[in-house]
Amino acid sequence: MAINWFKYSAPSTFYGLAGKIAPWCAGISAVLFAAGLYIGLVVAPTDATQGESYRIFFIHVPTAILSMFLYLVMAGYAAIGLIFNTRLSAMMATALAPTGALFTFIALWTGALWGKPTWGTWWVWDARLTSELILLFLYIGFMALHSSIDDPRRADRAAALLAIVGSVNVPIIYYSVRWWNSLHQGPTFEVGRVAVYDDTMRQAFLLMLFACWLYAAAVVLWRVRSIILERERSTQWVAELKEIRA
Amino acid sequence: MNPQDKMSLSDSLMLVIRRDWLLAMRRRADVLTTLVFFVMVVSLFPLSMEPDPNVLRKIAPGVVWVAALLASMLSLGRLFSADHADGTLEQMMLAPQPLALLVFGKIVAHWMLSGLPLVLLAPVLGLQFGVPTEGLWVLVAGLLLGTPMLSAIGAIGAALTLGLRGGGVLVSLLVLPLCIPVLIFGAGAVDAVLAAKSAAPNLALLGAALVVSLAAAPWVAAQALRISME
Amino acid sequence: MLEVNDLACSRGDHRLFSGLSFSLSAGELMRIEGVNGSGKTSLLRALCGFLMPDAGTIRWRGEDIRAQREEYHAELVYLGHLNAIKDDLDARENLRINAGMAGIRLDGKEAVAALRRMGLRGRETLPMKVLSQGQRRRVALARLLVGDAPLWILDEPLTALDVGAVGLMQELIGEHLARGGMAIYTTHQPLEVAGVTTRRLALS
Repeated sequence: MAINWFKYSAPSTFYGLAGKIAPWCAGISAVLFAAGLYIGLVVAPTDATQGESYRIFFIHVPTAILSMFLYLVMAGYAAIGLIFNTRLSAMMATALAPTGALFTFIALWTGALWGKPTWGTWWVWDARLTSELILLFLYIGFMALHSSIDDPRRADRAAALLAIVGSVNVPIIYYSVRWWNSLHQGPTFEVGRVAVYDDTMRQAFLLMLFACWLYAAAVVLWRVRSIILERERSTQWVAELKEIRA
Repeated sequence: MNPQDKMSLSDSLMLVIRRDWLLAMRRRADVLTTLVFFVMVVSLFPLSMEPDPNVLRKIAPGVVWVAALLASMLSLGRLFSADHADGTLEQMMLAPQPLALLVFGKIVAHWMLSGLPLVLLAPVLGLQFGVPTEGLWVLVAGLLLGTPMLSAIGAIGAALTLGLRGGGVLVSLLVLPLCIPVLIFGAGAVDAVLAAKSAAPNLALLGAALVVSLAAAPWVAAQALRISME
Repeated sequence: MLEVNDLACSRGDHRLFSGLSFSLSAGELMRIEGVNGSGKTSLLRALCGFLMPDAGTIRWRGEDIRAQREEYHAELVYLGHLNAIKDDLDARENLRINAGMAGIRLDGKEAVAALRRMGLRGRETLPMKVLSQGQRRRVALARLLVGDAPLWILDEPLTALDVGAVGLMQELIGEHLARGGMAIYTTHQPLEVAGVTTRRLALS
């Protein structure tokens, strides 16, 4: 059976679809968070070298992975929106940015918290933390550009171009920062480096990764629903919605 | 009109460069402002700390590069905004030549007027910080490869923020993170020489990045102009 | 030559016009009419390719204008509200540079001749700062005298012009149409070309 994908790329259909999917994502994410945190903080064994403080790994690494992944997803949606002129893709890109920035911020925060017991200082200019900081700048640039343009179509297209340029630059920035770090003999101990030797550690990590991912999906879908309503406020189908008439 | 009166692509490129040069020469103060800003930012660093010659020598490459980055951000506002305000940009977009070519011309002119003077002045500032001769050469070589990239990447930001409120601050916010690799390789080259290592890998990476950005940035900036002019 | 089919444009949420269709062939003159805010300028900007229409097509010689940007631009002169004039240059430099931007090589003598035709004798090498609004507009309109582009798109060409210059514009458009050119324009002042029926397109 062929599925008509284009049907779901219309904001009016996607609005309903997103409303149905988002609560499921949120619910499953909550369960996975609970399980992941329990296994990570209680069940998983204490690390031989880092003691208990390594457990922040179960938050730091999943958020760091998702912060980079979400930027690429955002740039992907932006590119589709720019090339095929589909409104929904541009709205998805806009909806992804704040969540991506949030994960970047959490990764930075937890990185700093991890640095204190490990190096005795809150901030170390290591390659991963520095890249995360630059990624946060890229997210902020995307949101700042989008919000400073009044015309939504120009805002979508300009921000999309910036996201694409940024995503081409992300690997270059990442490797240049690593290069800089290796030349200056930064800390030999990198943030986020943990010897995973136990099955419960692996389980906790994967649970947390999926929990974060589903959380991102739920929040982005809810946010894109608001954006759709705002952009399409003058259309017939919005006026006929139950929640609008009530 | 005779067919020989039509202009070739290189004629158009030269026309744009000569035009921007001519306009800048009629307003030399703008060029000088950028240059003075560059010198001033560099001079602020020794004043903000104890001027220990060893420390100054160590921070010199980074300070000069950061100042160059800021100075080129300052001049980005001029890249398209005057042409946008008086309608010249509309006419450029209606030129029978590819828009990317004309944008490339504007990038070259912008570099000659804002990047090249910094490169020529940098050795003097390096001497103030006590950088040895071999370090000065590498500093100049790095800036020569790096500053055109700042103009090229900056053109994308300037095109995206065309005509926006607070465009000047916004353009720095968009462009500076993208310029970090240039900073790392450029300042890294001088650091390497000062640490008695070879600057070649850094300079080679800068050169490669220059080729890529000069090939891609005019095209991207042209797309950004089309978006901004709608 | 120029065919517009089922064109729709909007500004923000506001739909300016839709279902607009017309065509223009050699020797024809068309005036776009409508009250302020009816989308006259937007229509002209869409015809230039600046503005992406919401729907519909614009074809030049049978092909979409976005698919042949450079070829189309070589056959088009657009004069908008802005004069594209640099205050720091003189009239001759401005005209030569603007012509060059349109791919036309112009020597100093040709530029001076075009400026004199526009009634700017003695003003050719004065800095633009000292010229009046009307004289600046004349420098911008001198661009119509160089090159052989068949399609003129003129947004309020008569702004700031005195009676003499309006007469000159009518003459220039007449010559252009007689050569097989075509022109599409907006204006709030009367502009009639002798011996040519002006087609009217009203935007509501």
